[in-house]
Amino acid sequence: MTGKTGRLVDLFELGLDAPICLTWELTYACNLSCTHCLSSSGRRDPRELSTAEAKSVIDELEAMQVFYVNIGGGEPTVRPDFWELLDYATAHHVGVKFSTNGVRITPEAARRLAADDYVDVQISLDGATPEVNDAVRGHGSYDTALRAMANLADAGMKNFKLSVVCTRHNIPQLDAFREIADRYGAQLRLTRLRPSGRGADVWDDLHPLPEQQRELYDWLVAHGETVLTGDSFFHLSAFGGKLAGLNLCGAGRVVCLIDPVGDVYACPFAIHDEFLAGNVRDEGGFAEVWRESELFVRLREPQQGGACASCSFYDTCKGGCMAAKFFTGLPLDGPDPECVQGHGESLLAGRREVPAPSGDHSHRGAASHPVPIVIGSRPPVSACEQSPLAGARVR
Amino acid sequence: MPTTSDFDLDRAWDLHPQVSVRPEPFGALLYHFGTRQLSFLKDRGLLRVVQALATAPTARVACRTSGVGEDDVLRYTRALAVLAQSSMLIERQPSS
Repeated sequence: MTGKTGRLVDLFELGLDAPICLTWELTYACNLSCTHCLSSSGRRDPRELSTAEAKSVIDELEAMQVFYVNIGGGEPTVRPDFWELLDYATAHHVGVKFSTNGVRITPEAARRLAADDYVDVQISLDGATPEVNDAVRGHGSYDTALRAMANLADAGMKNFKLSVVCTRHNIPQLDAFREIADRYGAQLRLTRLRPSGRGADVWDDLHPLPEQQRELYDWLVAHGETVLTGDSFFHLSAFGGKLAGLNLCGAGRVVCLIDPVGDVYACPFAIHDEFLAGNVRDEGGFAEVWRESELFVRLREPQQGGACASCSFYDTCKGGCMAAKFFTGLPLDGPDPECVQGHGESLLAGRREVPAPSGDHSHRGAASHPVPIVIGSRPPVSACEQSPLAGARVR
Repeated sequence: MPTTSDFDLDRAWDLHPQVSVRPEPFGALLYHFGTRQLSFLKDRGLLRVVQALATAPTARVACRTSGVGEDDVLRYTRALAVLAQSSMLIERQPSS
């Protein structure tokens, strides 16, 4: 970092002419039904942007000099025009980093990706063993992810990302994740479990326990900048030293999300009407939403610490994650639900009202994840009965 | 951290061809598509220097034509050294 004027984080709090980190979810369609899906994905939305509309968004991003987009979903590769949009973006100087569960990363796709300097890939895996991973992401998803990583490594793709959402079940596996990443020449990326989307339903059972937060923090400090975090864990800074990265809630300031139907939200973890700034189909397009929407202008105003102002760690943790507070029903100007100084716990204990989701694209009915069933325990009609239907109430 | 001795002010420099520059109110953002690294120029003066490198015979001349005073040359050299270390800047043949 260069120059003398002020801390970067202070400059960024006032917002930028264009986002640094833009997440674009291309579709709500997904082959999986992960229990913690941020965007409650599953089924495609009929209003999703067309190929032509998506290309005009890319044109705008090029004009705004958005260096790269983080493409996700849903599973973005199931969009029939996925590769066409990928090529269009890179031809227009918009780099692409996309997240996938690996389902379409065939040897051929891997070779194509390895040949393109402007594309990076993140393979999602939430357990270093099939048991831990598949319990959250669905049966077979561990094998799918590892097959994709093997294909990428075989194609010569260097330094792609292995992306892990940290839960209480996989925090003991951090070293094992590191070994998997090393085995395939990938870089490990750890992010925080957010109570957003379907994540709200499982957060109480999955979010790391207080002592695991410390374990995670120590692990991150020990591994420094070799492990990516997407600036996820700045709430852990209140353990002491700052973690690598900006340590700032970038919502609406340096970060935002475009969802599959073109809605623009303050951050990828805040798909809710409360954080909806506008739509790329609006007259002024994405640029006007970013620069002028009432919500984003408000988020760029100097923040007061509220209940956290008197805490000596406020300067490093900034009160934590806005989305995590919102979706657990905590006030936005108070502590993070996972505040490591323990200020969130008492608030969580006095059970509060959790906001209702404003959208849901989950698969209806039969889910692809394990569903517990109970075998009936009807007593036999008689010891000698031979009819297979004996005792059944056939209607 | 690189020091001023790591950067030769009397050679010709340029931005790496894979680097994009986006001016911002506070200075500029730099992104290197090859290394996928983001970097920042924290004032507009440094942005002017970086933009002047391509056509200046040396980095020292780029500083001078961008209005960098003698007292500030050391500070700017340090900033340029950081950028060179992360491959944002590369040496170029003066004739090109």
